[in-house]
Amino acid sequence: MPEFLLLALLGGIGVALVAGPLGSFVVWRRMAYFGDTLAHSALLGIAVGVLFDINFNLAVVSCCVILALILVSLQRQRLVATDTLLGIMAHSSLSLGLVAVALLDDVRVDLMEYLFGDLLAITPIDLLWIYGGGGIVMLLIWRLWNPLLAVTINEELAQVEGVPVARIRLALMLLIGVVIAIAMKVVGILLITSLLIIPAASARRLANSPEQMAVSASLLGVVAVLLGLFASMQFDTPAGPSVVVAALLQFLLLYSLPLRRVA
Amino acid sequence: MNPANLVEISGLSISFGNNTVIDNISMALKQGEITTLIGPNGAGKTTLVKAVLGLLTPNEGVIKRSATLRIGYMPQKLHIDTTFPLTVERFLKTAAFASTADRHQALQSVRAENLLKQSVHSLSGGEMQRVLLARALLRKPELLVLDEPAQGVDINGQTELYKLIASIRDKYNCAVLMISHDLHLVMAATDQVICLNHHICCSGHPEQVSTDPSYIELFGIPGAENLALYSHHHNHRHDNHGDILPLPDTQESDHTACGGHH
Repeated sequence: MPEFLLLALLGGIGVALVAGPLGSFVVWRRMAYFGDTLAHSALLGIAVGVLFDINFNLAVVSCCVILALILVSLQRQRLVATDTLLGIMAHSSLSLGLVAVALLDDVRVDLMEYLFGDLLAITPIDLLWIYGGGGIVMLLIWRLWNPLLAVTINEELAQVEGVPVARIRLALMLLIGVVIAIAMKVVGILLITSLLIIPAASARRLANSPEQMAVSASLLGVVAVLLGLFASMQFDTPAGPSVVVAALLQFLLLYSLPLRRVA
Repeated sequence: MNPANLVEISGLSISFGNNTVIDNISMALKQGEITTLIGPNGAGKTTLVKAVLGLLTPNEGVIKRSATLRIGYMPQKLHIDTTFPLTVERFLKTAAFASTADRHQALQSVRAENLLKQSVHSLSGGEMQRVLLARALLRKPELLVLDEPAQGVDINGQTELYKLIASIRDKYNCAVLMISHDLHLVMAATDQVICLNHHICCSGHPEQVSTDPSYIELFGIPGAENLALYSHHHNHRHDNHGDILPLPDTQESDHTACGGHH
């Protein structure tokens, strides 16, 4: 196997594994638009990275985390509805990023690579980010699993039962921010949310418990990465979009099968 | 603070912007006593309950309660997204402090052991309320706070649910604070009624409150439909399969003891 293919496989699998449980929360808590907003801000991170000569991965992670913090604090105001706010931030941060990248005329940034991902150009350093960052995210999800579920079920009930609701909610948003930053290399800014929500939505058809859904979403994501990469090699299609199409096919298949579920 | 009082509220006021929702309320919750809040929509019932739970900070006044007071809370309604696969057992397990034995006992207290393996999305209104009540019991509460426990439950189920709450009070010897819309249904199972319309209109024993002029002004004189409701009692009940069961305690159900008067 050529080395670039091995790196692509490992990178894609790593992202799919961590996207499963977090994508489940995005689906349960209806945060798809939130994910999109964070993803769009990632391009701004690239521009910042070029401008200040910071490592791109670090710049993107920081940018997503800062935007998540801003969103959490802005959600408390009542002037603008949350979805309007998310819409404003998503598209203005994407536009700001595009403008900033265009202004940096002495550096060439391949926009397509960031907008749609470049799975086949993953470097060993990227892999380190994916598995290092992904590993920390997984560890935190595992530690916070029960309070995360309690907050998702009902925030007030959780608060009365002694769960630090505000901190748990913030932690979830930061975790999503980190995953979006590390997933950008695989499917690109415009397609990241799909990697979070499509495998999770498909997994709902197979799951009778939140744990089963999180694990199935990871596994379905891995299969989608394998199929997408294979198709990309076979038909010379772009890797990121091929992975998303594979995930879509899984989704359609699972929802057309007459499956019986308990919960 | 009086040792019999679990919670003491004095001079409590809460406003959102210019809108005063709770206006200078003083009241106490006593161990082993059921307190029912009634009042029209928007009267501030839920706001008062949230202040007692510590979910809202009052603008004025004090809420005194012991720092270690164990509160069991049953929210008005739980919106669990259908994308969230959850059985009753797993739902109760998210209360991490409770043991398997706790869960079993709580479900038994609300007579819902048979629901353990069911999906929360398949429960009826009454079943869901029982499960929520069981969840509140997992805390082994000294104070049980119930926000409209009878919501989405049919009339027969409501009477049963209020009886169940009274029996839980007897078993756990806890204080109960609940919100209700219908004084007549909840009357038998309550010690203190507080009629709320931003301020306390009247309070006291249920019989006393139902004849209070300020209660009648808010809710009108109890109409014929309430009387009809009371004279209507079944001599059987149904189990979960719809099969007819005899009533376990006929004296309680046909009201011979009180000569049919309410």
